[in-house]
Amino acid sequence: MSDTSLSIGRIGDLANPTRFLALAGRLLPWLAGLTLLVAVIGLWMSFEAPEDYQQGATIRIMFIHVPSAWLAMMCYTVMAASAIGTLVWRHPLADVSARAAAPIGAAFTVLALVTGSLWGKPMWGTWWVWDARLTSVFVLLLMYLGLIALQRAMDDPTKSARLSAILILVGFINIPIIKFSVDWWNTLHQPASVVRLDGPTIHPSMLYPLLVMAVAFTLLFFTLHLAAMRNEIWRRRVAALRRQVARQAA
Amino acid sequence: MRALILRDIRLGIRAGGGALIGVLFFLTVIAVVPFGVGPDLNLLARIGPAMLWIGALLASLLGLDRLFQADREDGALDILLMQEHPLILTVFAKCLAHWIATGLPLVLAAPLLALFMNVEPLAIGAATLTLAVGTPAITFIGAVGAAVAVSLPRGGLLVSILVLPLTVPVLVFGVSAIYAAVEEPAPFMPPFLILAAITLFFAVLGPLAAAAALRASTD
Repeated sequence: MSDTSLSIGRIGDLANPTRFLALAGRLLPWLAGLTLLVAVIGLWMSFEAPEDYQQGATIRIMFIHVPSAWLAMMCYTVMAASAIGTLVWRHPLADVSARAAAPIGAAFTVLALVTGSLWGKPMWGTWWVWDARLTSVFVLLLMYLGLIALQRAMDDPTKSARLSAILILVGFINIPIIKFSVDWWNTLHQPASVVRLDGPTIHPSMLYPLLVMAVAFTLLFFTLHLAAMRNEIWRRRVAALRRQVARQAA
Repeated sequence: MRALILRDIRLGIRAGGGALIGVLFFLTVIAVVPFGVGPDLNLLARIGPAMLWIGALLASLLGLDRLFQADREDGALDILLMQEHPLILTVFAKCLAHWIATGLPLVLAAPLLALFMNVEPLAIGAATLTLAVGTPAITFIGAVGAAVAVSLPRGGLLVSILVLPLTVPVLVFGVSAIYAAVEEPAPFMPPFLILAAITLFFAVLGPLAAAAALRASTD
């Protein structure tokens, strides 16, 4: 185990959960503070941004909606990377990371769906349409929930680690489908307007608040993820200690 | 390989195998639809192909948890894992046998059930063809879920939850191929070929992932 961990350098050093906990403890307050700062700036910029000439104030929903949707996809990507870490290097923290990321990703997906729905009611005249992107994001939510169910169904973390890693990787097929769904199928959801080959088509007065909010959401994700990973390690230690106590009592 | 396929088919078809239960379930789902949406034949003809696909999808999910569970219970799975033959091929053979025992009857039952739904003859042919091409994909995707859940005491429901989101593309292209066959401007071949591609893709990926999951859940 130590040989393979060392060969991958810095990440290998973190294979020791105690060292990871120390680092996480040092990083977390800074990360949380930075998140708060950027989020406050982002929110202030969002409210300073001019109203859209067609959409009015509802454009501000976008500043929450778009970062949530990005994060929902990024979170799954982080889980897929963790899954590779579990399967290839058997990194002890990779499973902790995948396990901690799943509920956060599910939360971001719900946030994206709910805000999109709130925006859709005044703009499209309906809470929900079965268009390609909405449907694929909904499928993403179902996959998150299924993975959480699988991770919770097994009491042996080492066994559930590899199984859920396999399933995460199989489910990763959905991520490109979500990303390109609006380009492949010509549906109601507007096509990508920020990350494009020919530059963003969105006006700078709205682009900058959006980008700041995206940074804030990303920082929020890393803060929550780090905290959740720390909790997961502690949870496993508590479970191990309980087992030990029970064995001694018996 | 052939011995394994024949053994699995025999086990599946005989009593307790649950293969014919799938067809019965398919029949019941289709029979329930008119109660839900009303006996309007025009409406049934329009939603018929989609209902056939959904019914077939649910019916194939029904038997999936037995794919490896029965072998695990009687110890045959450990022997399959220990043999020198690549496990991927073994899983592939088991999927194939499972499809012949449970998927093929669904395909054969589809034309009859399509008549109940007042589906027009051309669409019946298209539905049968797409089901024949698409249902193996459901089995191959389902093998991953079945392998992941094999060590769980009550994995059956979890298999369905895990597998259903992944089968959405199969359903989408299967149904759109049927409608393309009936409605004039849309060509039949593109969605049909994509459906065939999905099946071939999962014929490789499914056994690969399922074999990895089986190894992970037994050691």
